[in-house]
Amino acid sequence: MGKFIRLKKGFTINLAGKAAPKIAEPTAAETVAIKPSDFHGVYIPKLLVKEGDTVKAGSPLFHDKKLEDVQFTSPVSGEVVRVTRGEKRKLIEVVILADKVITYFPFKKHSVSDIANLSAEDVKGQLLASGVWTNLVQRPFGILAEPTATPKAIHISAFDTSPLAPEYSILFKGQDHFFQTGVDILKKLTPGLVHVNIHTGSELSTVFSQAKGAEVNKFSGPHPSGCVGVQIHHVDPINKGDVVWTINPFGVIQIGKLFLQGIYDASKLVAITGSEVKTPQYVRTVTGASIKHLIANNLSSENVRFISGNPLTGTSIGRDGHLGFYDHQLTVLPEGDSHEFLGWIMPGANKLSVQRAWGLFSFLTPNREFRVDTNTHGEPRALVQTGVFEQLVPMDILPGHLLKSVLVEDIDEMEALGIYEVIEEDLALCEFADVSKHNVQEILRDGIELIRLS
Amino acid sequence: MKFVRKQLDSVKHNFEKGGKWEKYFFAYEAMDTFLFSPDTTTDAKGAQIRDAIDLKRLMITVIIAMLPCLIFGMWNVGHQHFLAIGQGATFTQEIWVGLIKTVPIIIVSYGVGLGIEFIFSTIRRHPVNEGFLVTGMLIPLVMPPDVPLWQVAVATAFAVVIGKEAFGGTGMNVVNIALTARAFLYFAYPSQISGEVWTYLGSGATTVAGYSGATPLALAAGSTGNAVNELNAFGAGWADGVYTLWNMFLGVMPGCIGETSTLMCLIGAFMLVATGVGSWKIIVSVFAGAWGMGLLLNAMGTSPFTQLPAHYHLVMGGLAFGAVFMATDPVTAAQTETGKWFYGLLIGMFTVLIRVFNPAYPEGIMLAILLMNVFAPLIDYFVVSANKKRRIQRATV
Repeated sequence: MGKFIRLKKGFTINLAGKAAPKIAEPTAAETVAIKPSDFHGVYIPKLLVKEGDTVKAGSPLFHDKKLEDVQFTSPVSGEVVRVTRGEKRKLIEVVILADKVITYFPFKKHSVSDIANLSAEDVKGQLLASGVWTNLVQRPFGILAEPTATPKAIHISAFDTSPLAPEYSILFKGQDHFFQTGVDILKKLTPGLVHVNIHTGSELSTVFSQAKGAEVNKFSGPHPSGCVGVQIHHVDPINKGDVVWTINPFGVIQIGKLFLQGIYDASKLVAITGSEVKTPQYVRTVTGASIKHLIANNLSSENVRFISGNPLTGTSIGRDGHLGFYDHQLTVLPEGDSHEFLGWIMPGANKLSVQRAWGLFSFLTPNREFRVDTNTHGEPRALVQTGVFEQLVPMDILPGHLLKSVLVEDIDEMEALGIYEVIEEDLALCEFADVSKHNVQEILRDGIELIRLS
Repeated sequence: MKFVRKQLDSVKHNFEKGGKWEKYFFAYEAMDTFLFSPDTTTDAKGAQIRDAIDLKRLMITVIIAMLPCLIFGMWNVGHQHFLAIGQGATFTQEIWVGLIKTVPIIIVSYGVGLGIEFIFSTIRRHPVNEGFLVTGMLIPLVMPPDVPLWQVAVATAFAVVIGKEAFGGTGMNVVNIALTARAFLYFAYPSQISGEVWTYLGSGATTVAGYSGATPLALAAGSTGNAVNELNAFGAGWADGVYTLWNMFLGVMPGCIGETSTLMCLIGAFMLVATGVGSWKIIVSVFAGAWGMGLLLNAMGTSPFTQLPAHYHLVMGGLAFGAVFMATDPVTAAQTETGKWFYGLLIGMFTVLIRVFNPAYPEGIMLAILLMNVFAPLIDYFVVSANKKRRIQRATV
């Protein structure tokens, strides 16, 4: 039996525009893009296709010069229509025009009994060649998992507490069989345990709670209890020298499908959320899909921002953009590019704040949903440690001191203060709440890269 | 408001890079963001939404929390004035005298302080930080009502330049700036800020028969018999019962403009804690430390001051004001949550120690906070080391 961990610190951001629990009619994606920038730890991607080539779902598009075994493959079948490069010919994205009916690159199919006999090497080979491997993220540093590494454990967070996050019980409904197979495969990759971390409130979803062979841990508490880094800290913390892998349930299910059906199936449910969406709900699409057809005729205002992912850790992708590789959520928020007269002094209860200096009586309406725009609500100022960071990180870590050690680039201090245990999403709430408006996630990533590359 | 916005936008290009007043960009930025929340949006990567709070809002909340102290203090200045000269006066007259004495001090404090902030932001090319909004109000509240305005100006300038800008500006200072101003006055002009300066008398005014300007702390320090009896007896004939426990809690007594009333400080404390701006841990632990030290002295001491009941220490002098508004300054306080307990406790204990055992200066809260400001990083160092140690131990088990 796994652990039961109650977390108190943190803050759940309650935004307007949660996806209703229904799935819209599928509309085929027009274009699909794979962006190397979605993966940390990719050194120089080497392109394997050129514009005009036709690919199948699961055909390799590029691989990294340093990790040649890890193939980044196409989510759909179709034609490579665009290869975008940036400064110094850096690969930005590979865009594929999707076929109406997807054909799959054939990988080896296995029966359930075969799978039990597969060796770790067989498993790795198939995962790497198919592109499913890219679902595995390695801690410390939150980079693409290295095929040569042996993780001491693999962690799966089976719930998402981020603002407007999709319900996993909807995303992965009926995938029990594939999830179980995925867990069986993952167990071959680690001498330690495979942890499935579920929320106390979501026990009804049997996909995760019934997983056999995995350690099922229960969590309760506000965001960021759904962040896998926080869970690892409480279940089996990362010490210096440790390597741990994490994977989203979507990746686990992809692994299951790869071995049972022999295909790289990139189709997924995505939650269309945000206060500016007319009917927030789920749609079926694929990894990296263009968002154009997902939002057509579904916006309630014009001056908006399109975010792949959730409002805390997502990326603004623009109206013509494509979803990020790891994202199951498209969020549309109002752009906050307007002035507000004496905005800092006016009383107001319609503003969202971790602290109660706004809306002193907010505790009276705990379920209130806020419409929040992308304004910074203030300018960058000297870092003042108000103590709010410490209330938002449910780990035995001092986020303020850790960030300061990053700012002065003191590697020993960063190590001692626990930088190996965190990546951006774990401290995203600090960035939200910082009164002096620092880009906390960017600072943290700089520190991580400084250590990783030193 | 569109007109103001337009005017600001129309001159903005002069202050931007390459503009003719480029040097003064941060002065412009300060004015602009003071009038209007900026229209800047979050970056494409990372948190797409931000908390509605910023440093300005944080600071204005502290100022609002200080208003009860300020308004009560204004009235009290006038009230004490008329008590001392033995005249009856209406509420309006009392407030009027208070206004005449306090408003100039506030104007000088803000004028000098903000002026220096703008000069430094221009020379050092950094944004004007909002920290002085609070400091500028704290300084008048810890001044005696009769302080000469030039002393306020000199003290403010010293505090902002030496206490803050020399260390790199807001967020970098080691000691509380308002207390630096107060300490500067105390050590630079000792004869003018100690003794019987706590009531504004007016030039050439004659005091009422039996008048004395001694403070409760001075009385207790000079006590030869039972300090409580002497306090209760004080003021007989012209201000009966001015130093009773209850009256000291209410704060209707001579003292600094804003710090006499424990009740008003507690109202401010409630506002700070309710809004989450001030640390309740620090406030509670300062009171606990002072009370605990008072009890300890009761048990061990022999002199009349040591025998003063411990709870008297909580309502005398500036302890409450210091605990609520000075000790909680996030920049100079301990920054770890565990550290805040020790920081507060030690401030409370040192305050009472200094009061009772320092013959030269019976008020201890100012020196206690300044001392602990200096030691706060050391407290944090131990807390942070403990955190690191737990991580290393975990790895080796």
